[in-house]
Amino acid sequence: MELKSRIPSGPIQDKWDKARFDMKLVNPANKRKHSIIVVGSGLAGGSAAATLGELGYKVSCFCFQDSPRRAHSIAAQGGINAAKNYQNDGDSIYRLFYDTVKGGDFRAREANVYRLAQISVQIIDQCVAQGVPFAREYGGTLANRSFGGAQVSRTFYARGQTGQQLLLGAYQALERQVNAGSVTMYPRTEMLDLIVIEGKVRGIVTRNLVTGDIGIHLADAVILGTGGYGNVFYLSTNAKGSNATAIWRAHKRGALFANPCFTQIHPTCIPVSGDYQSKLTLMSESLRNDGRIWVPLKKGDKRPPNQIPEQERDYYLERRYPSFGNLVPRDVASRNAKYVCDEGRGVGETALGVYLDFSDAIRRLGRKTIEERYGNLFDMYQRITDEDPYQVPMRIYPAIHYTMGGLWVDYNLMSTVPGLFVIGEANFSDHGANRLGASALMQGLSDGYFIVPYTVGDYLANNKFPSIDESDPEVRNAVACVQQTIQKLLSINGKRTVDSFHRELGKIVWDYCGMSRNAQGLEHAIERIRELRDEYWQNVKVPGSGADLNQSLEKAGRVADFFELAELMCIDARERNESAGGHFREEYQTADGEAQRDDDHYSYVAAWGYRGYGNYPELSKEPLEFEYVHPAQRSYK
Amino acid sequence: MRVTLKIWRQTNRADKGRFVKYQVGDVNPDMSILECLDVLNEQLIERDEEPVAFEHDCREGICGSCGFMINGVAHGPLPATTVCQLTMRHFKDGAELLLEPWRARAFPIIKDLTVDRRSFDRIIAAGGYISVSTGSAPDGNAIPVPKEAADRAMDAAACIGCGACVAACPNASPALFTGAKIAHLGTLPQGAPERDRRAIHMVAQMTAEGFGGCTNIGECTGVCPKEIPLEVIARMNHDFIWGSWRERDNVVTTMRPFTEWSTGSKFQINEQETD
Ligand SMILES: Cc1cc2nc3c(=O)[nH]c(=O)nc-3n(C[C@H](O)[C@H](O)[C@H](O)COP(=O)(O)OP(=O)(O)OC[C@H]3O[C@@H](n4cnc5c(N)ncnc54)[C@H](O)[C@@H]3O)c2cc1C
Ligand code: SF4
Ligand code: FES
Repeated sequence: MELKSRIPSGPIQDKWDKARFDMKLVNPANKRKHSIIVVGSGLAGGSAAATLGELGYKVSCFCFQDSPRRAHSIAAQGGINAAKNYQNDGDSIYRLFYDTVKGGDFRAREANVYRLAQISVQIIDQCVAQGVPFAREYGGTLANRSFGGAQVSRTFYARGQTGQQLLLGAYQALERQVNAGSVTMYPRTEMLDLIVIEGKVRGIVTRNLVTGDIGIHLADAVILGTGGYGNVFYLSTNAKGSNATAIWRAHKRGALFANPCFTQIHPTCIPVSGDYQSKLTLMSESLRNDGRIWVPLKKGDKRPPNQIPEQERDYYLERRYPSFGNLVPRDVASRNAKYVCDEGRGVGETALGVYLDFSDAIRRLGRKTIEERYGNLFDMYQRITDEDPYQVPMRIYPAIHYTMGGLWVDYNLMSTVPGLFVIGEANFSDHGANRLGASALMQGLSDGYFIVPYTVGDYLANNKFPSIDESDPEVRNAVACVQQTIQKLLSINGKRTVDSFHRELGKIVWDYCGMSRNAQGLEHAIERIRELRDEYWQNVKVPGSGADLNQSLEKAGRVADFFELAELMCIDARERNESAGGHFREEYQTADGEAQRDDDHYSYVAAWGYRGYGNYPELSKEPLEFEYVHPAQRSYK
Repeated sequence: MRVTLKIWRQTNRADKGRFVKYQVGDVNPDMSILECLDVLNEQLIERDEEPVAFEHDCREGICGSCGFMINGVAHGPLPATTVCQLTMRHFKDGAELLLEPWRARAFPIIKDLTVDRRSFDRIIAAGGYISVSTGSAPDGNAIPVPKEAADRAMDAAACIGCGACVAACPNASPALFTGAKIAHLGTLPQGAPERDRRAIHMVAQMTAEGFGGCTNIGECTGVCPKEIPLEVIARMNHDFIWGSWRERDNVVTTMRPFTEWSTGSKFQINEQETD
């Protein structure tokens, strides 16, 4: 399939202006006649729904939680980037653009990233006006901090709760439109299928999670802002409900899925402590500014850390990367933790952990300074592990955190199904093979407040929408598909719970398509995933009925989709014979063990088309061109 | 360790509901009480019984989904902690824990420990925002905000909308929740122009929802996982009184406190009623 990225011509700094000028506008009187569905109420979906409501469209917004304010964006801690250059330290739109393209290991589209950097500036203004209580200096101006290895201080933050405050800003704007009657909110409602009629998206099929009722919602355009798919791995830093069902079912209806194997593993999470574990908790990356990472030199050294003398410790990051030390990027830090644990030098009961030690920093700076800098994180760590990090080194281990892959979209954020737009973490667009810290919040809000409201308008103005109703065969077909899946899941009545399958699936994906991958392992994983999926459809046990609140049934549908997505991730990882960002193929590394890209053969976006379960998906390639930032090998030695 | 859980089981709003006793052995002190319920649920499913419905999502104490009463205390015994972060090591081996849902007229029960908190969304929709449409904002530094104002606003803005304050209050008043939003927005210069309107509309909606009134008992702040201070209620009352006087010529409308679920096919229109 030929992918039309629709990037406007002209110099990069003028592209977005040109695109906006070329767009057709919808007459204000006609806006009310167009209905738009927004699935998701996170930073991306919430901001889009609110803005479209303000513009006068008839909007319906959906989320599976009991309130739009609970979308997983709420959990982001660190901050949001913007090229404001308030610190006068040399930041600029161009620098943010450059950092993001390079950080993404040259697998993102330049034009999109440039636009993101341009819009970043407006996002902060908008959020301040909404009442987001960003940190301030005594003079009343906005405070910044540096984040994720950037050399400039461009991250805006609201204590350790930036995501929460940004989301509440979007949520309040959304509720204002609900009150005004322009947005109808459907909480506790899950999208289960997409309705495509005559080649255009025309609606969705939903299930109300309280009553079990299957609903039909028709519209002229559908926007998905349904978040990332990190929960394929079962254990992740995502919320328990985060899922891929909306994007996966849209994929099955024709939307191509781009770069599914580009997933991000965060190096500083609290290690797994037992089989009952339901999720992983992230500890801010900033800890690596003062903590030193080490493991014992000897294999299987079970002595308490304080009894291991200095000369018997291996500060492996400082040893291997003398110039960046403990501050190497996320992917490098994660991979090295895995290596030392694979060698049998991991710490803690499970031996899947490394020490993050603050004793030097406490000695050098005093406990008070460390408390000021990291007090809340230390408290959180202690609350979860019952260990005092001021006394014993923290134990950390990498965990899956973010998914760069997602549905393929063009410059206008429209997928390969006309009228279906995809925003936020659900699309693949701006982060290439690796995302920089504090840039997901920026992307979600940029897509939702400032891009999609224009591009949807252009689509509506350029297309005709013949009237349709619930009796349309495509509508009936989608409803029937949803009902069949639910009936099937409820009727199997096998022996194993949904969670037990999900855990096992997650382990396979983590072992073979996690921090490092190789062709043989991926082949093996694909086979294992298929076997497990077959077993799932014969042996899963879903109690209760479809006619009321049934959390097992909700999970069962999501896990069914994770199986298929997991297989596609492995296929994509096997097909990409290079290492790039979060995708590390053991066969492709430099002599000293670093990721090796192959720009001659793999400088493209891999977009996969669904061809029925069991059939090899169809690969389409969107070539990537770098006119402004020239690809180079990353080095942190 | 092992615990006995006496859990409120109720199939739906029509059902009368009852406590059912469950034994959970093999409890790891490091697990959260939600993980303990996960373990119980896996066992129930294997025994062909219906698992306990409880709300949760982030499991990091920030989304506000989770919450139930443990031995009569909202979110359990640990201060400033939601149930998703409450680990079992805080209970004695062999302890008996009584788990029941938030109880308030404006939070109808959906199933077991799950309640309907859409009334909170409507309180926000009534006025818990700054009316600034996308694109119309001045530069972020155009209006300086004193650091103290930003800090106090942030203290109040930390509310996660969990509803524990209502559950703990003998009057089932959401004053702490509403006050937190009024204090957050009203403390910032950006939120000042709408202070009067915000307070009277949010308070009117609160009343329309069937919540009780605040009589300054203070149970709410004691259980609040984000330690929202009682001062926010004083702030609400202050803004409400001034607002009622200044806006006395204006009619206040509220949204209908609906409890039904709409499934689609049609757009649901908010019925506007005059209070
Ligand atoms: C612990 C953590 C910390 C982070 N910290 C940072 C940070 O400091 N800075 C940063 O930039 N990024 C951070 N990130 C990443 C960032 O938070 C996310 O990428 C971003 O918030 C995603 O926003 P979203 O709007 O795309 O999706 P989400 O916020 O996940 O929203 C998804 C929405 O879709 C709805 N939904 C999903 N499926 C369906 C369905 N089938 N039917 C109906 N509704 C559905 C959900 O109900 C929800 O409303 C962090 C992520 C995590 C996990
Ligand atoms: S004020 Fe506290 S208890 Fe009440 S909803 Fe907010 S966070 Fe929960
Ligand atoms: S599950 Fe999110 S606050 Fe407890």
